[in-house]
Amino acid sequence: MKGDFPTLFERSRSGRRGTRPPSVGDVDLAAMLGADNMRSEPARLPELDELSVVRHYTNLSRRQVGVDTSFYPLGSCTMKYNPRASEAAAALFTELHPYQDPESVQGALQIIYELQEYLAEITGMDAVTLQPAAGAHGELTGMMLIRAYHESRGEGEQRRVVLVPDSAHGSNPASSMMAGFVVREIPSGADGEVDLNELRAALGPEVAAIMLTNPNTLGLFERKILELIDAAHQQGVQLYYDGANLNAIMGWARPGDMGFDVIHLNLHKTFSTPHGGGGPGSGPVGAKAHLAPFLPVPTVKREGERYLFDYDRPQTIGRMRSFYGNFGVMVRAYTYIRMLGAAGLKRSSALAVLNANYLRKKLKDAGYIIPHDRLCKHEFVAQPPAGLHALDVAKALLDYGYHPPTIYFPLIVKEALMIEPTETESQETLDEYVTVMAEIARRGQEDPDWISHTPYSTPVRRLDEVSANRHPRLRWKPEE
Amino acid sequence: MDFTPHTPEEVQAMLAELGLSDLRQLFADLPQEILEPQLRLPEPLGEQEALSLLRSLAAKNASAEKSFLGGAVRPHFIPSVVPALMSRGEFLTAYTPYQPEVSQGVLQAIFEYQTMIAELTGLDVSNASLYDGASALAEGVLLALRQTRRMAVVVSQGVHPEYRQVLATYLHAVGAELRTIELAGGLTAPAEFDETVGAVVLQNPNFLGAIENPSSWIAAAHASGALVVYVTDPLSLALLKPPGAWGADVAVGDGQPLGNPMNFGGPQFGYIAVRDKLLRQLPGRLVSETRDVDGRRGYVLALAAREQHIRRAKAKSNITTNSQLSALMAAVYLAALGPQGLADVAAAAVAKAHALAAQLASLPGLELVTPRPFFNEFTLRLPAPAAVVRAQLAKRGLQAATPVPEEYGDNLALFSATERHSDDDLRSLLDGIKEVLA
Repeated sequence: MKGDFPTLFERSRSGRRGTRPPSVGDVDLAAMLGADNMRSEPARLPELDELSVVRHYTNLSRRQVGVDTSFYPLGSCTMKYNPRASEAAAALFTELHPYQDPESVQGALQIIYELQEYLAEITGMDAVTLQPAAGAHGELTGMMLIRAYHESRGEGEQRRVVLVPDSAHGSNPASSMMAGFVVREIPSGADGEVDLNELRAALGPEVAAIMLTNPNTLGLFERKILELIDAAHQQGVQLYYDGANLNAIMGWARPGDMGFDVIHLNLHKTFSTPHGGGGPGSGPVGAKAHLAPFLPVPTVKREGERYLFDYDRPQTIGRMRSFYGNFGVMVRAYTYIRMLGAAGLKRSSALAVLNANYLRKKLKDAGYIIPHDRLCKHEFVAQPPAGLHALDVAKALLDYGYHPPTIYFPLIVKEALMIEPTETESQETLDEYVTVMAEIARRGQEDPDWISHTPYSTPVRRLDEVSANRHPRLRWKPEE
Repeated sequence: MDFTPHTPEEVQAMLAELGLSDLRQLFADLPQEILEPQLRLPEPLGEQEALSLLRSLAAKNASAEKSFLGGAVRPHFIPSVVPALMSRGEFLTAYTPYQPEVSQGVLQAIFEYQTMIAELTGLDVSNASLYDGASALAEGVLLALRQTRRMAVVVSQGVHPEYRQVLATYLHAVGAELRTIELAGGLTAPAEFDETVGAVVLQNPNFLGAIENPSSWIAAAHASGALVVYVTDPLSLALLKPPGAWGADVAVGDGQPLGNPMNFGGPQFGYIAVRDKLLRQLPGRLVSETRDVDGRRGYVLALAAREQHIRRAKAKSNITTNSQLSALMAAVYLAALGPQGLADVAAAAVAKAHALAAQLASLPGLELVTPRPFFNEFTLRLPAPAAVVRAQLAKRGLQAATPVPEEYGDNLALFSATERHSDDDLRSLLDGIKEVLA
């Protein structure tokens, strides 16, 4: 219809050309490739001049918000500022091939080695692999380590159950399943923390591991963590730390010191590499010494002044990804850690926690419900005032130029608004946000019709997701 | 340095709002015995000093921009519009597009990417991307096992060895069986499949570079009720018959050759495309066109009931973050080149590789192992171990001769060429190899 933003395919004109590769003259492709192997007709890609491509994507970008355009307090996603210095650093390392002679990539290997060491230090782990490509990939890797560990002790068949709190990220049970485990949910207590008695009752010889994030998805630090881990270890159960929430505690406490056996990190959250609209990320895994023999190969080791790939792990779970992981993301995280140092990381976590608590207090004053109203860490969960829905508050926020919080998660809080401001937001941004949230609450209660139809000012308004699921249109096709 | 805006006065004012006076009090609920470890990290650096350090580390690497290494990663030319557009902050700093009203930029770009991958592969549906080619293969195989409810997989040795290693790791975890059929004369040997086999995997062009005729494998797989997972370099699909036209059910591969830097092997992106009947088994994000309340066209994430945040332990995969920006770089690349430009890139790469192969194979002691026809990678038998030759070449500033694992034979090395190589570059390599082998 008129006003639709055209697709690349609708902008295409037969015979139009953009970038022109160097000419190789007449080559007999059929002779080189075999006529029977050739494509009978070209792929129907759009035909565009270069300016049309630039305008298309530039105008698409104007239909998109990011951390660069607006406050983006998406809970559990750590949408902090992505320093441009890290981008500049990564650009120095793009022209490296994974199969180069290792002597010709000593700088790259040094970065991998040192980042392994830094992340081990920050988390309190003994060994780190940087191979996993994202957080969930790290979870899968970590759970495979636990499986291999139990197998090595002859308990692989017996220990098949993974305990996961009902507040956990959805990737936790999904990763456990892919690692060959069965998942059992542990109910949270009324205080929002793992119920120690429920957990004790669930422990047994069939349990392989517990997956936890601490602080948990309510933003609450599990205060009985040492007791909990001790109880699990006594039963031979391994402790997995979901590092999605590590931004709360860098330099304040280490998962390794709490007793966790394995951990994954999200470099694209905690270490400030950009999310790119859904990746690429990087999900390093740290392990205590007893799990280190099972890490994927290769890792990078140092011998004197030289860095080399280490494939010598006879008990390895194998390989999780081609090559060495998302190296470009590692360079960004390495740069970030070198700029901040221990003091900067610690201050960043403290201010992330300060911002979250400040916002929690101010939103409560503005009429929002805080179901677990105590000291939180980097994020917290709120509920809208009576009569309002989380979805409507989220959509109304769009009209005011903010990205909404995570909504309807964790599942254990009805109408949840999960808010993570991060440390890179200023007090005035938080104050302005609270003013808008108060305005939305007041106006929404006075005028339910208004809020239920928000947003009004965005490039498109509420979209028909039901028909998209019933009759998905997953590729462009010419109108018939 | 850090990137926090707080002045000391603001910190105190915000603490006061909470009835606190010290940042330490924010951590009062942590066990005291583990509180405030002293992290042993290097001293913080300003931006200028940090970039100076990174430049000194970069100087310890030799550029591979003219490398002849191959093995699923190659130095293709990237038009300037690709990084220029994809470094826009709106694309760079967005999360997964959960709020479609303010995420139409990323969502439409994914929709267009899905369309282009479906067109290239000759299949019906592509998802929004996966991590890399190897994990895309693993996901493609798991998908086929779910669909067929079978637990055995047959893979050709022609599939990239690292991809097979990743596949083995994933299959071990779910208790599925992996059988490998060895190459014969550099090509996938004929095989028959029993009724336990749910997925049959081949790569075309295969790891050694040869273009295979997959017809008989595909026919045999389908006759036994298995699905065919077809690994391929997406650039080859500019010229070669697509997986869909051969009859494959699932196509997977690594998208690096499409507008992505080599990045020392990552980030890149994995692609996966399937026939319509497999749509509900597809892992990862999918974008669908739809309409808004005013009737305007828009895009949303669709069929989320397959995904971990909805289905948890019953999800089709655990994947959440994928490689979105890398995939969108490929979309911009394809848009900038168009069908003719892409075919020209592929043709140039083929022509350069064939010229290089002819020159190298004419040297005494070098033997072309890859049977013809091949695309733009090929394998040579060297008179010395490939790793040694590679190291000697590297000392001369030449990056070539990827060592091929011993399972394929002794002293084998993979070579490739692209449109980025000039005739002079080819000559330099030839001279270098003559020197090294002299």
